[in-house]
Parts: sequence; C-alpha cells; structure tokens
Amino acid sequence: MMKGLKKWRFPAMLAALALVLSGCGEEYLSALRPSGEVGQEQFNLLILTSLIMLLVILVVVVIYVAALVKFRRSRLGEDHMPDDVEGSHKLEFIWTAIPILLLLIIAIPTVYYTYKLGDVSAMEKTDDDGNPEHLVVDVTAKLYWWEFEYPEYGIVTAQELVVPTGEKVFFNLKAADVKHSFWIPAIGGKMDTNVDNLNKFYLVFDKESKDLKDGVFYGKCAELCGPSHALMDFKVKTMNRDDFDGWVAAMKETEGQMPDKDSADAGEAAFAQSCIGCHATSGVGASGAAGPNMATFGDRNRVAGYLDHDKENIVNWIQDPQKYKPGNLMPAFDSLSDEDLDAIADYLLGLKVEE
Amino acid sequence: MTTAANTVAQKKGFGATLWDWLTTVDHKKIGILYLIGGGFFFVLGGIEALMIRLQLLVPNNDFVSAGFFNELITMHGTTMIFLAAMPLLFGFMNAIVPLQIGARDVAFPFINSLGFWMFFFGGLFLNLSWFIDAAPDAGWTSYASLSIASTGHGIDFYAIGLQIAGAGTLMAGINFLVTIINMRAPGMTYMRMPLFTWTTFVASALILFAFPPLTVGLFFLTFDRMFGGNFFHVDGGGNTIIWEHIFWIFGHPEVYILVLPSFGIFSEIFSIFSRKRLFGYSAMVFATVLIGFLGFMVWAHHMFTVGLGPTANAIFAVATMAIAVPTGVKIFNWLLTMWGGSIRITTPMLYALGFIPSFVMGGVTGVQQGAAPLDYQLHDSYFIVAHFHYVIVGGVVLAILAATHLYWPKMFGTMLSEKLGKVTFWFFFIGFHMTFFLQHFLGLMGMPRRVWTYNKDQGWDLFNAISSVGALLMAIGVIVLVINIIMTTAKNERVGNDPWEDGRTLEWAIPSPPPFYNFPQTPLVRGLDTFWIEKKEGNKRGYIAAEPISDIHMPNGSFIPFVMTLGLFIAGFGAMFRLEHSWGLPVLIGGLVLTFLAMATRSIKDDLGFYVTKDEIIRTEKEILRSERGSN
Repeated sequence: MMKGLKKWRFPAMLAALALVLSGCGEEYLSALRPSGEVGQEQFNLLILTSLIMLLVILVVVVIYVAALVKFRRSRLGEDHMPDDVEGSHKLEFIWTAIPILLLLIIAIPTVYYTYKLGDVSAMEKTDDDGNPEHLVVDVTAKLYWWEFEYPEYGIVTAQELVVPTGEKVFFNLKAADVKHSFWIPAIGGKMDTNVDNLNKFYLVFDKESKDLKDGVFYGKCAELCGPSHALMDFKVKTMNRDDFDGWVAAMKETEGQMPDKDSADAGEAAFAQSCIGCHATSGVGASGAAGPNMATFGDRNRVAGYLDHDKENIVNWIQDPQKYKPGNLMPAFDSLSDEDLDAIADYLLGLKVEE
Repeated sequence: MTTAANTVAQKKGFGATLWDWLTTVDHKKIGILYLIGGGFFFVLGGIEALMIRLQLLVPNNDFVSAGFFNELITMHGTTMIFLAAMPLLFGFMNAIVPLQIGARDVAFPFINSLGFWMFFFGGLFLNLSWFIDAAPDAGWTSYASLSIASTGHGIDFYAIGLQIAGAGTLMAGINFLVTIINMRAPGMTYMRMPLFTWTTFVASALILFAFPPLTVGLFFLTFDRMFGGNFFHVDGGGNTIIWEHIFWIFGHPEVYILVLPSFGIFSEIFSIFSRKRLFGYSAMVFATVLIGFLGFMVWAHHMFTVGLGPTANAIFAVATMAIAVPTGVKIFNWLLTMWGGSIRITTPMLYALGFIPSFVMGGVTGVQQGAAPLDYQLHDSYFIVAHFHYVIVGGVVLAILAATHLYWPKMFGTMLSEKLGKVTFWFFFIGFHMTFFLQHFLGLMGMPRRVWTYNKDQGWDLFNAISSVGALLMAIGVIVLVINIIMTTAKNERVGNDPWEDGRTLEWAIPSPPPFYNFPQTPLVRGLDTFWIEKKEGNKRGYIAAEPISDIHMPNGSFIPFVMTLGLFIAGFGAMFRLEHSWGLPVLIGGLVLTFLAMATRSIKDDLGFYVTKDEIIRTEKEILRSERGSN
C-alpha cells in the first residue's frame, strides 16, 4: 500500500493535514495550534498516526463498499448459494503483517518521545556558581486553584503562571487535597498532580502571550476533582527572558508588603482585617498558603480563574464564593458592608507588579 | 404462546406467574430477566446521558448544579457498563449459548439465578442512592483521593452496590465457563463452536480473572470509608495510585468482556446474512483468545499521565498497539465473509454494517491514544470520551441492538418489525456519529472531560450544541425500538424454527421459543455450522439425534437465590449507616444471617430435580408440530 505513495507525497499529505487541523480551535487553548516544542512534537505524532490510520480506514472502506455493491442478494438473486470459503492463509498473513509494519512506524517515534519527554535529568543541573541552569516551578493544585512557587527566586504566585519563552521550564507537580491534573493544551500535554508523590516534567513556551486575545494561554485541570472541576482554570503569561527577569525583580520587591489595619485606604484596612489570614499580598514566600497569593491580583486576567476581571465579580465572589465555585474552601464574607467590599475590590485591583 | 411450557404458564394466575419468574432457573427465562433488568437500566442511563448533554448544550448553562452533574456522569458510566451493557449481553448469552452447544441448560442453573438476582439487587441498591442521601459523584472510575474525600453516602452506595452486582457477574462468568467446557453436545469440539459461544467463553475467562481485583478494590474502598481502613489515606500510609492500578487491572479487561461477545454476535450476523461460512474461522478464534490475553497486559495505558515513568509508559504503549493486530484480523475476516457472499440487508445486518466503520474509528483512535506522548494531550479530554463511546456504543451497543432483532424471534417466538427496526437504526446511527464524532475535536481543542459547564469564547460552543442534538436523535431511535417491542408483542405473529431462513447454528434448528428442555434428544454435531450442514443435506429435522428419546433430568426452580441476595441487599444498608444510626449494626448482622440461613438451607436440603418423562416429551413435541403447521 505504501509503495503507491511517491516519496514527496507523504510529507505533503502531512503538511496538508496539519494545515487543516490547525484551523481548529483557539490559539490560546487548542492542542491543534501548538505554541511550544512539547506540544509541537505531540502534534506531529498526532498527524503521523492520523495519516496512517486514515490509510487503514481507506482500505477498510474500499473493501467494505465493494463487497456491499458486488454481493447484494438483490443483485445475485434470491436463490444464489455462495461457496463456503474456509479462509485464506495468504490473505490472513497479509493483514497481520501489514498492520504490524504500520504499528512499528508509530511505535518507534512513540518510544523515542516517551523517553525524551520523560527526561527531567537537567532539572538538577547547576552552573559553576551553583545556580540552577533551568527554571523550575513548583505547582501545587488545590481545591480549586493553582499555586506556583519559584524556589530559585523565593517567590510565589497563584492562578497565573508566569514563564519565560524559548527555554525549557521544569515543573514539580503535586496536589494538596485530591488529585488534579495540570494541562496547558496549546503548550503541551498534561501531567497529573498526585497526592502521593511529586511528578516532574518540562514544557517549552515559544510564543509570547501578549499578542493573544486575552494576553494569556489557558490552563485547565484535567482530572475530576469535585463539583468545581470544570471551573479550575488557570492562565499562563509567557514573556521573553528579559521581561521575565523584570517580573521576578518586581515580585521580589514586594517583600514585606503587608496591608495596614490603620491605613487611610479603607480597602487596605478592611483587607487587613478580614482577608490577610489566608491571602498574602507579598509575592515573596513559598507555597502552602491557605488561599491564593494576591501580590499580582491587579495584573490578572480573571477572578477565581474564570470570571471576568472586574469589580462586580470580585464583590460577588467575596460575598458568596460557594455560588461561583461550589465546594471551594473559602468562607462567605457576607457580613462585610457594601462600602468595605467595594474598597477591598479597589485595593485588590491595585495590587500589581507589572506596569 | 404455543409451547407446552408456555401454555401451562398461561393458565396460571398473576401470582403464580410472578412466583414462576422469581424462582426460575431456566436459562431462557433468566435470559429474559437479564434483558428486562438490563433494558431498564439502559433507559435509566440514557436519561442520565440526555441530562448531561442538555446541560452542555450551551455555554454557562445551569440546567443542573455542579454537584448533581458529577452524580449524573458517575451514574451514567457505572449504570451503562455494569447494569446495562453487561446484563444485556448476559441476557443473550443465557438465551443462546446453551442452545448453540446443544445443551438443556447451563451447568449450574441455581447459580445462574443467583447471579441474576445479585446483579439486579446490586443495581437497585446503587440506584436507590438517588432517593436516599446522594448518588456517587467521583466518576465511574472513582479515583481514590476524590472518592475518599467525597462527603455523604454516594461512594458507599457505589462500593456496596457494585460489590453485590460484581459478585453476580463473577458467578455468571464461572457458570458459562463450566457450561461451555462440560455441556457441549457430542461432536461439538472446541473448533466447531459458533463464534458467539467462543467469545462468551473467552469473555467469561476474562471475568474470572478481572472481577476479583475489582472485588478487592471495592472492599478496600468499603473498609476505608465505613470501617476506618487506611488503604488509600495517604496520611495513614495508604496510597491512592494503588486504586488506579487495581481499578484498571479490572477496568481494561472489562472493555473486552463487553466487546468480545459483541464481536461474537456480529460474527454470527455476518455469516447468516452473507449466507456464507465465517471467513477464517480459526483465525477468528485465535484472535479472540489473543485479544483476551493482551487485554490483561495493557491496563496502565489508562495511567500514562500518572507519572509512572518513561519505561513503564513505553512498554504499555507498545503492548497497547499490539492489540490492534488481532482486532484488525477480525475486521478483515468479517469483510471477507461478506465478499463473495449473498448479502441480505436485514435490521441485524444493518447494525453489523454500521458497526464496521464505527468500530474501526474507535479502534484507530485507540491506537492514537496508545502512543503515550500523544496521549498526554488526549488523556482526560473530550477525545477520550469520543473514543470510548465509539468503542462501547459503536461496538457493544450496536451489537446489543443487533442481537435484540436477531434473537428476538428465538427468545419470544415473534419477529420485531423490520421496518421500525431500520428506523431505529438510522436514528441511532446518525445520532451516534453526530454526538461523538465532533467530540474528538473538542478534546483536541482543549476541552477536558467531566466538565459541568464551560465558558463561551473558547471555541467549543457549536460542536457541543451539535453533539447534544445528536444525543436526542439516539433517544428517538431507542423510543422507536420500545414502540416496536410493544407493537410486536401485541401482534404476536408466530414464527418457525429458522425465521431468518439462513440460520446456521443449532439454536435455529429447534422451535422459537424452544420447549423448556430445549432438545428432546441431544444433537450430534458433525461440523461447524451444524444446522447449515444438515439443511444442505436435506435433513428436515435440522439435527441428528445422538440418543433415543428418554426421560430428561431437569432442575427444580428455587426461591433461595432471591432470599440470599435480599440478605446482602439489607446488610448493605446496615454497613452504610452503622456509624450514624444505632439500627445499623443489627441490620448488617441480620441481613448477613438471612443470607447464611438461605445458604444453609440450600446445603442441607437435597434438591434432586425432576424428570420429564418420555411420554411428556413426545406429547409436547407433537403439540409444537401441530401449532407450527397451524400457523404456517
């Protein structure tokens, strides 16, 4: 079957199929429009397997249709008695051998990429000064939000992952309560965050996210984790290394940033009164907080990972978190006055590290 | 209603008829009970599916709440696999396999009845969760960290309900194994067994090895949730990944437990309606056994993203792809069975023709998911939802619907309407592809599975809407089938032994429905497709008798299986409420005592069965002959 294909045709078909599929889905979310090396390799595997499988389907369909057309009883007559054929060793050999060959074509890149994508040995590497060579982000999945710690820099953030483009970024993945799964479809495949152990993998981010529709890539939780599983989204901001270094520096500058109970800013005062117990406002720290870190809240794209980023949603959320993410662990602050809620929302929107 | 057995049944009052069904050990009646039970749960699971699709029809929908949605998906999956697909297949196995091998009943009629009642009470127990407390909500896979954290009694219902139903399945599996090994008529060698019998045989072997792990896993879960165990509590030294392994060591063979008998049904159909011997019979048998064997070697492909490491992932990836080879052999053998045949497109054949492209589609996406690095993208997305529905609906459900039409005349003595059958097929088939084809792309476009709702502007709106409309078409198809069944039953036009006219195996050589002893004389089998051989040689009777007519030994009916299961059913509630109600412990003990008493009664009281006398057999056979002449 493969003999009929001239050499140039296969890559051409690959390219054609890739073009058709890449029309599918949103650039910030679709695995069919990969924006990173890992996603690209997985996409190539998708195209390769799809083509081989289309070939198989084609062969089946041809025999199927031909048999249906040629051997209908309405054509052959009601009394036609076909010969009972036992089988054919030759044919059976062919349709055992050819699938084995086709599967080998798939199996080789499969095994190769399984090892390649599973190689996290570079994670531990350090340069001559003892600094890690690669950025490592510790991801903790919680009911229903994401915490991202950068152990090398001593900073932590939540709900929006910020990463540099053009280099391997390694991830330590774990869950704090029940199992979740960390997935950024446009960048690469997922890996589970288990409650038992630390999982490690890497991703590469090729494209800066600022040109995207919302300025971010979409991240998803892929493992059923309770009622709000569907709402456990996060966002990914990708930027060039210089901008990323700038972001890290700005994050470090938030060290010691604490809301003051006696502040003239009513929002800051109310926040210090009611929220600071769970939500830190300094980006310097480690993972393990009870609630998402708020140091970059004003830079974020969504409230609670999925609601439009505006004052109304912040106020609604604080008043009744269960309504918007059933099963999450934040208590309702419905006793706060409207003025206080308004002020807290303003204060939160002002917490920024980016210009 | 023409047979002697049924004439007697007709004379009985309602109470006596009910008692007859509650105590029956006749494989044909148990087959019908399985169809009724499985059919009921199939409709229930279908309603759950419709609610799921209605919720996902438009973005940001709030037709159902998030928590209720998780209950719906959990119960839809659990119901369809354990309480619909498997029992419906058991129904056909029970009704047909003993006939195909020339037996008068299964090896253990009592256990057959016990297996049915355990399935039924287990399913009932599970579904009572809708009314008492809450339904299970951790997915049909019930992964440990979530199922341990789940509040309320939902998961308890899951663990105990499936434990009871699963034990019934295990019994049924053992029973079929022994039946097929021991009860074959003279001359029915292994390599002369019809493919449906072969696939039942292999599927039963899979049940024998796959269900014990499930039993163990469910006991662990039960201990952890109700009796202070620590198997899955990480804080207590437990491990949740163990559940995933145990579940999939059961769960993957489960797919083949469902799909192999479906292959068997389609093998029969292709052969009958192509008027031609199955192409490559021995290759088909070998492929069946090989698929069954490999089915145990690939469970970790459900866990590629768990972090097992590249070596485990690579091994399981290649093993998974290997399954495609015997499956491909089967597909091509079916095609070559049609090739050179004389194809008559009846409703069962229409389903078989629809099955080929649908199942091939499910198969190829399976290979894609077997490629581990690619699976990192596909896993737990809507792609996998599309894939397993192509396999389970495109393979198993189409087979069940096909078998319903094919074997209805054999089981009930009357034909379902071909016209309505074809209407059902087209609604169901088009609806099925409409629902699930686009879900492949939804998954690739980043939509995770098991999501309660989704925000708009993610590019998923249109495909989800189309998918939901498709689900409605499938529902219409099923409704037409129900109408078909009601109308057919009302009309009740009787048919003869071989209503499809091209029957090849022993079940078509005897009356529809067969008398309760099946064969007045045990048949002698001279080759593959026994009935076909005899027909071609002009043997009007359809089979050669291997013995003179003599008294037949038959088992007595028994109410004990019902009581035994009822005890477990009652004990289940006790176990569940033991910690919060004082009546819990006594109920738990009381239920178990009832079961043990029933078991003791069974052990102590001798039940030697009864004999159908030679005179009675001759009288019955004459009566059947007379009524057949009358109806023709």
